[in-house]
Amino acid sequence: MEWQWDVLPQFAFNGLREGAVFAAVALALVLIFKATTLINFATGELAMLGAFLMYILNVEQGMWLWLSIVLAMLISAGIGAAVERALVRPFDPDDHLPVVLITLGLFLIVNAVAGDIWDYQLRPVNEPFGTFPSWAPSSQELKEVADGSISCVKVSSGNFVEATAGAADATTCELAGRTYWTILNANVDYRTLGTWVTLAVALAALFMVLGRTKAGLAFRAVSSSAESARLVGVNTGRTLGFGWALASVFGTLGAALVAPSLNGVNPNMMQFILIYALAGAALGGLDSLGGAIIGGIVVGLIKGVVVSWFFVQVMGWAFFSILQLATAFMLILVVLLFRPSGLFGTRRIERV
Amino acid sequence: MTEMMLKVEDLHARYGAVEVLRGLGFEVPDRSVVVILGANGAGKTTTLRALCNMCTTSGSILLEGEDISRAKTADIVRRGVAHVPQGRGTFPELSVMDNLRIGAYIRRDKEVNADIGRWFEIFPRLEERRDQLAGSLSGGEQQMLAVARALMCRPRLLLLDEPSLGLAPLIIEDLFERFIQLNKETGLTMLLVEQNANLALDMADYAYVIESGEIALHGPADQLKNDPAVQEAYLGA
Ligand SMILES: Nc1ncnc2c1ncn2[C@@H]1O[C@H](COP(=O)(O)OP(=O)(O)OP(=O)(O)O)[C@@H](O)[C@H]1O
Ligand SMILES: [Mg+2]
Repeated sequence: MEWQWDVLPQFAFNGLREGAVFAAVALALVLIFKATTLINFATGELAMLGAFLMYILNVEQGMWLWLSIVLAMLISAGIGAAVERALVRPFDPDDHLPVVLITLGLFLIVNAVAGDIWDYQLRPVNEPFGTFPSWAPSSQELKEVADGSISCVKVSSGNFVEATAGAADATTCELAGRTYWTILNANVDYRTLGTWVTLAVALAALFMVLGRTKAGLAFRAVSSSAESARLVGVNTGRTLGFGWALASVFGTLGAALVAPSLNGVNPNMMQFILIYALAGAALGGLDSLGGAIIGGIVVGLIKGVVVSWFFVQVMGWAFFSILQLATAFMLILVVLLFRPSGLFGTRRIERV
Repeated sequence: MTEMMLKVEDLHARYGAVEVLRGLGFEVPDRSVVVILGANGAGKTTTLRALCNMCTTSGSILLEGEDISRAKTADIVRRGVAHVPQGRGTFPELSVMDNLRIGAYIRRDKEVNADIGRWFEIFPRLEERRDQLAGSLSGGEQQMLAVARALMCRPRLLLLDEPSLGLAPLIIEDLFERFIQLNKETGLTMLLVEQNANLALDMADYAYVIESGEIALHGPADQLKNDPAVQEAYLGA
């Protein structure tokens, strides 16, 4: 068997792009876990709702795409806080089972209601990156594509490269609606770069909020010790609501960023992604924000390189989608078995 | 008649089915220092927790004449009650600096940084460790941080649960010195639970002794200090 080393970097970059999305959703999980030690299984569905908000505002109402995304994030924040207030706060915070069951129920309800409203069809969305006029290929680039010194591929499914480098011409690039340039023989498109940059900006904003504002300080205090937080006058309920709002913002961002790669929004869009994000969050230690980011990216890389590149070459396409999820589950299992606090989780540092 | 900062009547508290406080009553006059003594398990910590509504209680708790027995913990703090719980109550995952900042959470004024500076003067060890996580401080350092953190909210009533626990004798003396100074200069009212009965009775104006959730004895501190029963039980005489 001949290994296709030349396309490996391409798979790595695709994995890293997906990893950025997993990181955003993993962050949404960890923001809630940190303060409550709860896993919110409705994270993915709330994010899906956010993606539909973006779809409604942008595609149906014709609002500017980026404004739609930001508005969808803000509305999601409100929804997250409302869910916390109505469905989580009335319950004893030390008794986890009821609340976890509620988030599972919420998962099913949101999915079913979304399915009723929008049915389970894929609804195409606009590409946030690469449709900007200034990002259209320059004439120089088009010339280079034509004479083959820049390679160009057409991505059909978002996951796998259909046509390989070399044979492409300028029309192929325009047909795909996106432009590329080459790093390490891989075609890094604007969508990949844009996803990274957007996530980086959002993370910078998050760490500003957590590190520099009073609400952020209160959130970290409640995460550290809810009882001590009450003793300095922090309203823990409201602070947890704030955590849910932040989590919803990142879930929606992840869903909005991944929607073009899924060729659109649909009520089931986040279900697999939630599993990968869970794997990423577990890998990062569940209560570490930095861990969630790195964990999510690593899971993306594993999915891109180990599953899509390695396994597919070894075993062919037959088991592809099963293998993807199985790998994520295996990862969760292995982490929980051998290192429950993940790579970056706190093993509580308290001296007695 | 002196103004009462705190007036507690018929206070009951329970953990699940176990009744720990059984009809406690005591008073803390404004600007005074009151100490609560008692054996291990007598219910001292529970008493302080009950005042902040951190356990199931019944009875009346009047803070400056207003009943706070149903108020939320955070709201009681906002009314000027600070609590240094037994076993410190700091935020282990937050830096020393952030612990002090969150201590001032309820304040809106601009003097927070100046207050932090003052505490760093009093506890230079904390300043050396300002960016270190509180959880990685030594027990004594954490105790200093807990006290400083509690006072960052500029309370009018300070509840102290064994503040001397784990501190070196010299530091304890220094700390109590500060408490007396705070009480004299700012009129800070204190309710103190302490095993170090000698020191506590020296500082306090009035003392209560709790036995199995009930007041067994009370009186002015200097009077209790000479009481044979107290001497035998708490002063090792
Ligand atoms: N969380 C709890 N759940 C159940 N019982 C408790 C709890 N906390 C305290 N108790 C019980 O309440 C009683 C009083 O405890 P408390 O902590 O108030 O004693 P204390 O006077 O502060 O003792 P110490 O001097 O050892 O600190 C004890 O018998 C204890 O076992
Ligand atoms: Mg105690």
